[in-house]
This record gives sequence, C-alpha cells and structure tokens, in this order.
Amino acid sequence: MTPANENRTIPVPDALARFSRSWKSAALALAVGMIMLLVLPRVLDDFSLVQATVYAVMAILALSLGFVWGFGGILCFGQSAFFGLGAYAYAIAVTNMGDSTVPFVLAIVVPAAFAAVLGYLIFYGRLSDVYMGVITLTVTLILFNLINSTAGPEWKIGNAPLGGFNGIPNIAPLNTPGNVDDVIGPRGLFELSLGALLGVYLLLRLLLACKVGRVIVASKENEQRLLLLGYDSRLYKLFTFVLGAAIAGLSGCLFANWGAFTSPTVFGLAQSAQIIIWVIVGGLGTLVGPVIGCVAIQWLTTQIGTQQTINSNLVLGAILVVFVLMVPKGIVPTVGGLGVKLLGAARRKPEVSGDKRGVAQDDHHNATRKEAT
Amino acid sequence: MDLAAIILIQVLYAIASLFVISSGLAVIFGMMKVINLAHGEFMMLGAYAAIEAMRFGVNLWVAILVVAPLAVAVIGVVLERVFIRRLYGRMIDTMLATWGLSLLLIGVVTSMAGNTTAGISAPLGNFAIGAYSVSSYTLVIIAVAVVLGFALRWVLLHTSLGLIARGTMQNPQMADALGIAPGRVYSATFAVGAALSGLAGALLAPMTGVVPTMGGAFIAKAFITVIGGGPAIVAGLVSSSVLFGAINQIATFASTPVFGEVALLVGAIVMLRLLPRGITGRFFRGAL
Repeated sequence: MTPANENRTIPVPDALARFSRSWKSAALALAVGMIMLLVLPRVLDDFSLVQATVYAVMAILALSLGFVWGFGGILCFGQSAFFGLGAYAYAIAVTNMGDSTVPFVLAIVVPAAFAAVLGYLIFYGRLSDVYMGVITLTVTLILFNLINSTAGPEWKIGNAPLGGFNGIPNIAPLNTPGNVDDVIGPRGLFELSLGALLGVYLLLRLLLACKVGRVIVASKENEQRLLLLGYDSRLYKLFTFVLGAAIAGLSGCLFANWGAFTSPTVFGLAQSAQIIIWVIVGGLGTLVGPVIGCVAIQWLTTQIGTQQTINSNLVLGAILVVFVLMVPKGIVPTVGGLGVKLLGAARRKPEVSGDKRGVAQDDHHNATRKEAT
Repeated sequence: MDLAAIILIQVLYAIASLFVISSGLAVIFGMMKVINLAHGEFMMLGAYAAIEAMRFGVNLWVAILVVAPLAVAVIGVVLERVFIRRLYGRMIDTMLATWGLSLLLIGVVTSMAGNTTAGISAPLGNFAIGAYSVSSYTLVIIAVAVVLGFALRWVLLHTSLGLIARGTMQNPQMADALGIAPGRVYSATFAVGAALSGLAGALLAPMTGVVPTMGGAFIAKAFITVIGGGPAIVAGLVSSSVLFGAINQIATFASTPVFGEVALLVGAIVMLRLLPRGITGRFFRGAL
C-alpha cells in the first residue's frame, strides 16, 4: 500500500460508530420493525405468530440488559429478577383486580422500585462492578428460592396463591382499560409486544442522544473524570439501573400474558445466563445487537429442544465461552466492522475494471445494509 | 440443655459447611482475583468423582478425601490452561467465560450421567443427645473445616510454596525475574482451589444429594462468603463463615431453611453496604 493510499483509508471504527450513532440507523431499525409489524400478522399462521411474539417479548428483555450493561457499564447478572418480578406483579395484581390496567403499570413499577432499593445499596455503597455482578446474581437466587418455597395454600397475596414451584396458571390476559371483557388476542399481543419493542428502542435511542444519555455513557467510560466534572455518577447509574429494570418488568408482564402462566424458573440461573448470552452474542454497546442475539439464540435453543442428543446447556455454555474468547465484540459490531472494511476496500480501488467494480459496489451496498442491522 | 447443644452443633455445622464450600473459591478469587463462576460445577464434579470412585469399589473416605480433590484438580488445570489463562486481568470476561464453562460442565455431566439424583448415604450413623439424634457425619464436616482452615494458613505462611504463591500474586514480574515461572504458579494455585472445591462437593454430597445442577445451590453462598470476608484469605473466610453461618442457622431455627438462606443473603448484602471492602477490609487488618 502506498502512502497516498493510506491517507485515503477510511478510519474503520469511526465510520461504523458514526453510523450507529446517527439518526439513520435508528430510522432504519424502526422501519424494519414497522414493516415486520405490518407484514408478519398477514403472512404468518397463528402458531408462528405466537412463536414470533415470544421472540419480541424476550427481545425487550435483551434490550433492557443491552442498555444497562452496554451503555451504563453495569453488569447485571440478575436482569431476570426484574423480568420475573414484572411477571409475578402482573399475575398477582390481575388475579386480585380483574381489570388489567393497574396490574400492567404495577408490572413496570414494582421491578423499578425494587431496582431502586437494590441499586441504592450497590451504587451508594460504591461497590465495584465485580461485586455488582455477584450481588445481582445472589438476589436472583434469593427470589428463586423464596418463590419456589411458597407452594402451600397459606402463601397468597389477596386472592392470588403464589403456587411455589408450580407457578401461577391461568393468568388473565390484558384488556382494554375499563372493559374487562375486551381481552387481547394472540394477534393483538403480537402487535403489542413488537410495538413495545419498537417503542423501547426508540425511547432508548432518544435518551442516548440527549444529555442524560451522554452522561450515562460517560459514567461507563470514565467515572473518575465524570465525578471531577461535577456529575454525581451514582445517581445516573441508579437511573440507568432502574430504567433497565422497568423495561425488563414490561417484558415480564408481556411474558406472563403470552403463556398465561408464570413459574419461578423466570428467576432461575438459566434465564439470567441466557440474557447475558444474548447480549454478548449480539454485541455489547449496541441496541440492535442484543435483539438479534436474542432471536438467534432463542431460535437455536428451540431447535436444540426438538432433539435429544445434545443438551442445550452444553451448547449455550460453549457459545458463551467461544464468544468471550474469540468474538468479544459480538456479531453486530464484528459484521459491521467487516462491512466498513469492505466499503473501504471498495473505495480504495477505483481503477478496477467495469464488472469487478460492479461487484465492489455491491459489496459496498451490502456493507451499509449489514451495518444497519 | 439438650436443645442448646443441638443448636450449637447445628450452628457449628452451618459455619463449617459455609467454610468448606467457600474455601476453593477463596483461594482462586483471593489469590488470583479470578471470579470462578464455575465453582459450583467444580463441586458437582467432585461429588460425581466420589460417586464414580465408590462404584469402582474405592473406600468411601478415600473417594471423598482423596479421589474427588485430585480429579477436580486435574480438570481445573486443564480448564485453566485452555481457557482461563487467556483472560487474566480481565475480570468481567473471566466471569463470563467461567459462567459459560459452568453451563458447559452442567451440559456435559447431564449428557453423561443423566438428570437424576445420585447419592451417597451418610456414613457413621447417628448419635443421641438427650431426646435428639444427630448425624455423626455433621461432626466430620466440622472437623474437616477446622483442619482445612489451619492447613491453609500453615501452607500460605510457613511453607516455601505458600511464600512463592503469595509473592507471585503480589508481583508476577518480580517473581519471574527471580526465576519462578508465574504461569506455573497460577496453574498450581488454580489446581489447589479446584481441589478444595472438589473436596467440598464430595464432602457435602451425603448431605445434599447429587444432580448436575447442584452447583447453583452453592454458588451464591460461596461468593457472598468470600466477598464478605474481604482481602485476607483465611481470616476473612473464617470471620464471614462464622457471621453468615450463624445468621443462616439461627434464622432457620426461627422459621424455615429457605428463610435461613434468605436471611444469610440479605444480611450479606446489607453488610456489604456498610463494609464495602468486607470484614477484613475493616477489622483484623494485615491478617492472612
């Protein structure tokens, strides 16, 4: 490579980072989502649509950790705790109240309030992120053990028995506010879940674009400097944590609606591990990455579940180890980086012959697409 | 009076088992700053190693006290060489990779041994205190914990091996310059930690039952004990085991075992808010 060529090299990470931060990528992701929202209910049969719903619900959960961990720098091993609290809060409240409006709100508020208390203990105690991981893991296990042991009839909140390890069956679905008989159907739930996913995505993009979002990212990048600039990083971290918990709670509420059932496994270690794997695989520090990772891994575990020879823990564990060691950035940034490189290569060779150039431009085109996803 | 004796024994047992569960983790985390989330699975492997050894006719005590630690130490060395070595100094990545290993080990053992509960029946039978009967095996666990505590302290303080290990952890470059290969010391330390985990798993197998997912029951307790203990390895381990074991057992007496565990974990989280650097970060400073 000649020096002249070197000067024209596109700075690889910057081009990608710029694109991922620009409004174009947000618009593209939302457009893809809107198309899915409009098209999928028309082309998919009911069974596939129900499957697609759980992907969307879990994608919201993945997004919550993708935000808390990738942008706030808070490694929360217990995101499933908030997910489970959301599911249980909805289930218990709706059994008691009948109308689903207040339970829906409670499913978001209860996990957020719980996260506020927990986050206060962690951030205001200035515990390091390693302790953070261990404590959130511990809290998840506490909830799991606690709910697991409430099998007897004496364990009930209002009219709602907690059910212990049997879980809570027959959870009433969401209804139009004020009209208990007008309940949501599978198609409505799909639209609500995917709509919620897009809404959360948009909300997080907007948040990250404004000042609060920048301070949150700064508290991950260099907490010391942020403190010296006069920001109380603890407060921002607490806010990030609580917002993440609220989103996870929303996802839990939708999950309880999806199966009309919730059991303590929503708090389990396996669930926590899965969320982490989604984010790692998809790409830490992106918002689209966790969603893609979530869909890919869920699809994979469903496929594994249909056969008996390979254990799903084995595969998930192997994926986690391989990604941490070999693809630490995750799929989306890695593929995006490759795309930008191809794009750079295409721009650097203007003298290639006609049809080759066509290929290069195709690459360029694909590259932009890949970055966007 | 009898009741008091029983409660005393149960509290001591809770403390001892917490100590035994956490010792392997304390060595790996305290010495190497590696957060080994596969700790519970190392215990599970120890329990399975003991069961397999007994199936081949090995004596129960040999299986628990010799075969299990050795087997898990070998597995630990292999995993350290292949995976964990690449991640030294990257704490979060180590946590994630070891969590992956934990799932992987659960998957492997489930595929091989099935998802059913295997077990070792508790040896030695029971003895009576007044109207109550206590499993003699409880006393064995208490005895092992005491021996383990003193042995750990003795090895770290009074042998050249312990000196080399502590020196390498403090300053690997200096150790390297003095002709000690830090890589080998890391391997050895990890092996010792893994062996202790294996011993703990096998030792507790008669009390808990053995399933591939049994590790999950120990991991939180072990971590909270080690972190609650703070920087000093042995003193921290002893002090936090005593505190949390006592909380656990007293709450268990007052309500149910599940609430005993909840009390332990909640107590630990509150304590970390008050003493973020653990018990020995504040008290017994300079102890080991």
